[in-house]
Amino acid sequence: MLIIAANQGENFYLCTNFKPIDMTSKNSKVVELDQVVIRFAGDSGDGMQLTGSLFSDSTAFAGNDFATFPDYPSEIRAPQGTVSGVSGFQIHFGQKTVHTSGDLADVLIAMNPASLKANMRWIKPDAIIIVDADAFIEKGLEKAGYLTDPTLDGSLEKFMLIKAPITSLTKEAVKHLNMDMKSTLKTKNMFALGILMYLFNRDIELINKYYEQKFKANPLIIEANKAVLKTGFNYADTIELFANTYKVEPAPLKKGRYRNVTGNIATAWGFMAASERSGRNLFLGSYPITPATEILQELTKHKNLSIKAFQAEDEIAGIVSAIGASFTGSLAITSTSGPGLSLKSEAIGLAVMTELPIVIVDVQRGGPSTGLPTKSEQSDLMQALYGRNGEAPVIILAARSSVDCFYSAFEASKLALEHMTPVILLTDGSLANGSEVFKIPVVGELPAITPPIAKANDAEYKPYKRDPERLNRQWAIPGTEGLRHRIGGLEKQDVIGNVSHDPLNHERMTYLREEKVQRVANYIADQEVLGAEDADMLVVSWGGTYGVMLTVVEKMIEQGKSIAHAHFRHIMPLPKNTEEIFSRYKKIVVCEINNGQFVKYLRMNFPQFKYQQYNKIQGLPFMVAELEEKFNELLKD
Amino acid sequence: MENQLIETDLLQLTKEDFASDQMVKWCPGCGDHAILKAVENVFPNLGIKKEDFVVVSGIGCSSRFPYYMNTYGIHGIHGRAAPLATGVKLANPKLSVWMITGDGDSMAIGGNHFIHAVRRNIDINVLLFNNKIYGLTKGQYSPTTPKGSKTKTSPQGTFERPFNPGELVIGAQGNFFARVLDINPKAMTSIFMEAAKHKGTSIVEILQNCVIFSNKAHELITSRETRDQYQLWLEHGEPMKFGKDNEFGIVLKGTHLEVVNLNEEGVKESDLLVHDKYKEDSGIHTMLARMMPPEFPVALGVIRSVESETFDQLMEDTIVSEKAKSPIHNMDEMLNSGNTWMIE
Repeated sequence: MLIIAANQGENFYLCTNFKPIDMTSKNSKVVELDQVVIRFAGDSGDGMQLTGSLFSDSTAFAGNDFATFPDYPSEIRAPQGTVSGVSGFQIHFGQKTVHTSGDLADVLIAMNPASLKANMRWIKPDAIIIVDADAFIEKGLEKAGYLTDPTLDGSLEKFMLIKAPITSLTKEAVKHLNMDMKSTLKTKNMFALGILMYLFNRDIELINKYYEQKFKANPLIIEANKAVLKTGFNYADTIELFANTYKVEPAPLKKGRYRNVTGNIATAWGFMAASERSGRNLFLGSYPITPATEILQELTKHKNLSIKAFQAEDEIAGIVSAIGASFTGSLAITSTSGPGLSLKSEAIGLAVMTELPIVIVDVQRGGPSTGLPTKSEQSDLMQALYGRNGEAPVIILAARSSVDCFYSAFEASKLALEHMTPVILLTDGSLANGSEVFKIPVVGELPAITPPIAKANDAEYKPYKRDPERLNRQWAIPGTEGLRHRIGGLEKQDVIGNVSHDPLNHERMTYLREEKVQRVANYIADQEVLGAEDADMLVVSWGGTYGVMLTVVEKMIEQGKSIAHAHFRHIMPLPKNTEEIFSRYKKIVVCEINNGQFVKYLRMNFPQFKYQQYNKIQGLPFMVAELEEKFNELLKD
Repeated sequence: MENQLIETDLLQLTKEDFASDQMVKWCPGCGDHAILKAVENVFPNLGIKKEDFVVVSGIGCSSRFPYYMNTYGIHGIHGRAAPLATGVKLANPKLSVWMITGDGDSMAIGGNHFIHAVRRNIDINVLLFNNKIYGLTKGQYSPTTPKGSKTKTSPQGTFERPFNPGELVIGAQGNFFARVLDINPKAMTSIFMEAAKHKGTSIVEILQNCVIFSNKAHELITSRETRDQYQLWLEHGEPMKFGKDNEFGIVLKGTHLEVVNLNEEGVKESDLLVHDKYKEDSGIHTMLARMMPPEFPVALGVIRSVESETFDQLMEDTIVSEKAKSPIHNMDEMLNSGNTWMIE
């Protein structure tokens, strides 16, 4: 596999060609690995996110598949040196397809005692731990709550502990540049990166190119970062820190151009692609909320593509402005998280009643109320399904991975526009902030989107006249001649669209709105199942747990276990073959990061089957190991 | 954004072009009927195609308005007319957007949206029907009900200090505020025309009578006996005079306004304040908006009309300049720009 790096447009640093590294000159043996998980941890001011993302870039360049996940403290700047102020970044890369950001780390970089303490539970029993020895002094240990120095008291014996004097060597490396102490210390993360680049046989020239682009205006900073990176790399080599270094061969990725993308960015881009494909201008009305804010931020950047992103005064104004834009013919979006979805409930009802297309993205987080803003959960499913007054059905999709956020946002837009109805797209904090390798699609090859726009001066036009198949009404856009009409939140007379309080009309309209959403099942993909039709057990999941579920099930199938997996992206309506799939399996286990919401929905829809459930409500994702253990246990029953 | 103005006689519109086929269901004698008529007189004369009007509302008696106009219209939810109008205008700035709201809809449940629309200076026209009561829910006090008023939810009289919409609008950096009575069809017509032509959020407060729940709420201003004493009609460039024989006037004394009698010795017409609706400094405009009986007459007409850039125009201009600057013209180019790599 050959990786080249020509790029169109901007001259980004990944696009340079490098010489292969000469491994023979190194002081250690190169060991080949299948996959590796690295966790970068430091104080929130230590720049660990940047360190992690630069390592990710070099991973991309090495041709591996990878996924990343940042772990920020919820405070912007928690007290320095404390456990609550630790910021982390995890990367999982491999020579096979990678579905998750990884369970436990093989390598932990801990820039201070607090970051060691905070991350001990996330590393493998035989992990490599690299610490900044200079930070393990009395004050730092005390702030982290250590009574004795863990690097001396034997508690890390079973790990491979590397104590590198990172701070002092960093100072030494830039001494000749006469920088102030603050700027000097800012570069010490690059020393740690240098060690890792050595450990994984990466070329530091790539990172040097990054400095040259990023700090174009400040040659001193370029010089300093280069010096520190190089010193870290050489340090690992010269003092023979490691008996082995490691190499992960390129993954068998399909030919094409790739980039790294987080779920939130992918969501924003999915809408942009749908806007271009449908010919409808994109309008976002939104209010900042963790962890959905990046969708708004991203869309404000693309005014060159006529995208209008409006930061409203609150969540309600966010969706209502989007409804106004939808009435006016835009692909209208609002983005939020659980608390914001609560505030938008009444307005979603307005979109149901006016039968206008709109997509509501809910990037789920731990609830109820303010809950766990920076932690992920799948607990807004019931709210999405039923959180409105009256009979108010909407389409619900749930993205299954960071990259799938792109395709889910695209499909949500297509369904909203073609069926003239609100769609709720559920993602979650893990997908939103996690990143994956994204094979860049060709927009023209995505499905066509053809909204039912009414033609000017159509004498037959009636606001609530419906398509006989899909049951959608037509979209008559202000400014179009001969289609002036009024709609609103009051019940409408069938076909004509005037205000109506007629009892039988209301019943009929209620059935029509429900049936319109149910018929969407005719326009979505059938549910897929991984594994044998006659497996002993079907595990069921939805939304953001796909990666970890797939990893476990693939592994167990490889081990010869009789297990199958159905992962749902379409929640409302469910795919037409759902019932038939469930009927094939004696044992069905529904796994969710909540207290059992999808399983309740399935029990209601298909009460004839018996469902077991596995739930986790800790603001944490499933781990491969825990699911494997649980599934093995259930298979034995 | 400029509406696409066309010579009005080319369009040959009449008020019949805007009359809907729906039965108007407001109570007989309600002030809303006169406002509807005035709007029907204004729309054909603005040089705007009938397809380019959108009438937007929230909830309340006034908010039924869109159903009674033959335009594009959307009847929203309670308090949310302002963001609805904002979305329509931002999505298509060529449209002439009219927001119909009441003192409950936009001073209470929609107060936040209202002030932010004003602050942003979105180019919409707002007709604020102020009857100082909740009519549709049958007689509870509103944020503009005078303190001490007995209503269904204040049987002992309200404890709340009311909002003065003009003061609120100007306080929120509003650039167009006018006040008119529902019994003045001519004044309504000319003020609505002026509001329509103003670029930015134009707020017209219409002191409107609810015959059922707050009948005669504005009686001091409207009754034959007292109206001359309590109506001050502002004309740009004219001294502020009122009274049966224009015998009273308004002067600025120190930092506040005062009523003077021109018949009294030593009071000259040249002492009177001259109305300058275009004055950027909002000090005098705020004082005028605040004037209330019995100490003062109520200021009517266009109190403030200051041009400044609108949110919608700035957004359109930014799109144009970003398009000109950016080498990226479509999604494929965007997706393939920046940090990408190739696997072969």
